[in-house]
Amino acid sequence: MSALVAVLVLPLAGALATVALPGRAARIAASTAIAATLAAALALAAWVAARGVPRLEIGGWAPPVGIAVEADGLAAAMIVMTATVMAAAGLSARHMLAPGAAGARAAFGFWPLMLLLWAALNAVFVSRDLFNLYVGIELLSLAAIGLVAIEGKAAALAAAMRYMIFALAGSLLYLAGVVLVYAAHGALDAGLLTDRTPARTDGLALALMTVGLMAKTALFPFHVWLPPAHGGAPAPASAMLSALVPKASFVILLRLWFDVMPDQATEGALALMAALGTAAVIWGGLAALVQERLKLIVAYSTVAQIGYLFLVFPLAGGASAEMPWAAGAWNGAVFLALSHGLAKAAMFLAVGQWMAARGGDRLEDLRGIATAMPMTAFAFALSSITLVGLPPSGGFTAKYLIMTSAFAAGQWGWALVMAGGGLLAAAYLYRPVAVIFARAEVPDSPLPSRGRQVVPLILAGAAVALGIASAAPFDLLSTGRPQAAGEGL
Amino acid sequence: MTGLLPIFILLTSLVPAAITFFLRQESYRLRNALNLGGAVVKGALIVAMLVAVAGGASFETAIPLAPGLVLLLRIDALALLFVSLSATLWLLTTIYAISYLGEKPEQSRFFGFFSLCVFATTGIALSGSLISFFIFFELLTLSTWPLVAHKQDAASLRAARGYLLYALPCSTILLVAIVWLESATGPILFTDPPDLSGVDPASLRVIFALFIVGVGMKAAIIPLHGWLPAAMVAPAPVSALLHAVAVVKAGAFGVIRVIYDVFGIERVAELGVGTPLAALASFTIIWGSLRALQQTEIKKRLAYSTVSQVSYIILGVALASPFAVIGGLAHLVHQGLMKITLFFCAGIYDERAGVRSIEGLDGLGRRMPWTSTCFSIGALGMIGLPPIAGFVSKIYLGIGGLQAEAPWVLAVLGASTLLNAAYFVPLLYRLWFREIAPDAEADERAPALVGPAVAAALAAVLAGMLAASDISPLGWATLISERDYLE
Repeated sequence: MSALVAVLVLPLAGALATVALPGRAARIAASTAIAATLAAALALAAWVAARGVPRLEIGGWAPPVGIAVEADGLAAAMIVMTATVMAAAGLSARHMLAPGAAGARAAFGFWPLMLLLWAALNAVFVSRDLFNLYVGIELLSLAAIGLVAIEGKAAALAAAMRYMIFALAGSLLYLAGVVLVYAAHGALDAGLLTDRTPARTDGLALALMTVGLMAKTALFPFHVWLPPAHGGAPAPASAMLSALVPKASFVILLRLWFDVMPDQATEGALALMAALGTAAVIWGGLAALVQERLKLIVAYSTVAQIGYLFLVFPLAGGASAEMPWAAGAWNGAVFLALSHGLAKAAMFLAVGQWMAARGGDRLEDLRGIATAMPMTAFAFALSSITLVGLPPSGGFTAKYLIMTSAFAAGQWGWALVMAGGGLLAAAYLYRPVAVIFARAEVPDSPLPSRGRQVVPLILAGAAVALGIASAAPFDLLSTGRPQAAGEGL
Repeated sequence: MTGLLPIFILLTSLVPAAITFFLRQESYRLRNALNLGGAVVKGALIVAMLVAVAGGASFETAIPLAPGLVLLLRIDALALLFVSLSATLWLLTTIYAISYLGEKPEQSRFFGFFSLCVFATTGIALSGSLISFFIFFELLTLSTWPLVAHKQDAASLRAARGYLLYALPCSTILLVAIVWLESATGPILFTDPPDLSGVDPASLRVIFALFIVGVGMKAAIIPLHGWLPAAMVAPAPVSALLHAVAVVKAGAFGVIRVIYDVFGIERVAELGVGTPLAALASFTIIWGSLRALQQTEIKKRLAYSTVSQVSYIILGVALASPFAVIGGLAHLVHQGLMKITLFFCAGIYDERAGVRSIEGLDGLGRRMPWTSTCFSIGALGMIGLPPIAGFVSKIYLGIGGLQAEAPWVLAVLGASTLLNAAYFVPLLYRLWFREIAPDAEADERAPALVGPAVAAALAAVLAGMLAASDISPLGWATLISERDYLE
């Protein structure tokens, strides 16, 4: 229970401390906050796995008067994944953003923004109140935009501006939906809304909130802000932005469509969401195929991978919700979100180290980098395996579950999207993998220490391990699910 | 304890792989000790398993991955046949590879992936469920890629890319087939055949075709064979691995599992898909031989010969008459023994005489008698000369064809034998009856290269001569077909 409070309070306190303290002390405070929050996240997951869903009514006021936070299995799993990625990004940033190595602005701004982002993510994962969720994603967007702009280069500022326009528009739409819900029902708590009497405006409210959240998740066609923003930020920031930020708004979508208003899910709307996901898979994949800069390839891959997540809606929502295959699709989507987070962070951190060594991220700059940095190259290759969805990896387990559900549901078209998307991913990831493993005259350049090179490898290893030791994560995910997520097909 | 034996057998390849990746280039002794040690321990464990299975023990280990997704390792007679073959040939190939690579660079990477390949192959053999099979099958694809690309020159990278261009789409097709079938039947275990009555026959035929495309690519069934001749640019031990120990064998093994343990032969006969597959295999046998005839490089000719020979296995199991099945299963081992001999020798000609093209073989018989004798045994065996193993396979397949009321099989076998002779006899003629070029430098003072070739050739002869005994490959194949498939 105290772990639930800790995952919210510790990063926030860390953010304040890093603003208040001078340079060196700020870095120590940041490290302490990161370590403490990671420990709290693990403790929370252990608590949830052992004892069920902790619930906290803030100030002792029960909804609808007060607001509640609750860590179900989904929240706990996302919080652990977030903590893992944050710790890895923090370790990498300690050196990359050390005073002298980066501008004074980056050295000062990174830690507060990172910890603020973390607090916002955790808040979104555990919130059960629609307005509280709004506050969470608003905070999340602001911290994320700050991280994109942190180096102050012209291109990064333009990317941040574009991101901000989409994020703010998304927030407004979401807020409009929340207002409609409140006007109709006088409540914002998820639990209370589940048992509400449906109102005429509910469909419109859900549509507004969904479009707003899609913009923040960067689902096609709202993805245009993502590649320049994620491709332009410093590598540790890109890792967090690509691995974690879209997952927060996706989790809210999951909660809205499966817990809060499942009655509003029409077949057409569900299919439309998956169709947009399909378009994202194809568009993101094709765009990744023609990029010359590795960070952009990795960023467009995020666009494609986000597309997969939306296949869950027709397979587990609406009329499918009661069917035996729903659990497989739902679990698969969450698993995909988890393994993508780990693998994508590993990729960005690896690319960041290569850029530091070679001074650029064009594919030609990186030729033969595997000889100099075999561990990070291996991490990139392992991450590619999980993104393509080859066994054994978390990505494969997810793909298998979603494809089986799709065939069982008779909606085999979505299974073919997964299958084809995997081939497309193999095609766009083969190029960088072949380049980094090619034989080349390697110019001498200072390399990061082995200790830092191992960080992306650990993340990539975790993404693969999700596919091997997946029984425990599955038990965790089924905790607090209304439907029996444990059964599957 | 016995339940853990399959895991231990897997670990004998996985542990050396994991450690080898982190070794420095200079750690020759440790690396060689690890790889040889792993191979020897694995051999010992397999012998223990053979003894235990003969005593009536059964081995099964289940590792739950996700709801409805279980990694099942188990041992049946077919698994033992394949795992014994790959373990024996792995040991020989490791000895050969250590000497072949000498002090060439990037050995830790090479041996790491080499062990990983064998780990995947063992996993394929021991898989007790369809999804376990798929997981190891894909692991094999991934761990073979760096080996094909090992030299990192343009030709190797092109071959490696070509390999993935075939492998990944086919694996996607295989996954679709698995998922399609399992969404109707639930997870498929090889222990009890799934109930397919809920799926309509038209869908089943499509699923069967998807399965054959998915696994048949590794067995180099035409038109999915293009990657195999291209991959001969890889070092000789890798060719041995591709052609005999692991990859094409995994494909053929997959075809056997699909026909017998996923669909079952009655269902295959009902659906009428066995005969088209046998016809495709026959076409591959003839076409592969014709293409072999056109090659001027030794390894390329051998590669097309593999395309042709592996389809003997598929022909046998697709015909599904008792003798054909036995012949096909036995050829799984026979082809492995003969082909690995040939590739070992091709590697020795390349290393010790600098010969890669067929013209270069002139007169090498007298200068390199051991190598050339082994090569001749392998080649004559492929043609089907008694008492070498290939003869036994062909006899059984021929009788099996008659049993299956498919007399055209005899014509295929006859034509194939003539073609085999046409592309192998000229090589033997050059080896033994031509004069060597006066300035040629050739010797075979490399016992660690020649030794494995001699051992493999000897095994090919013994497998043929002792075919009637219970412990020969043919004996095992008879046991498998009686015990599991043709009750």
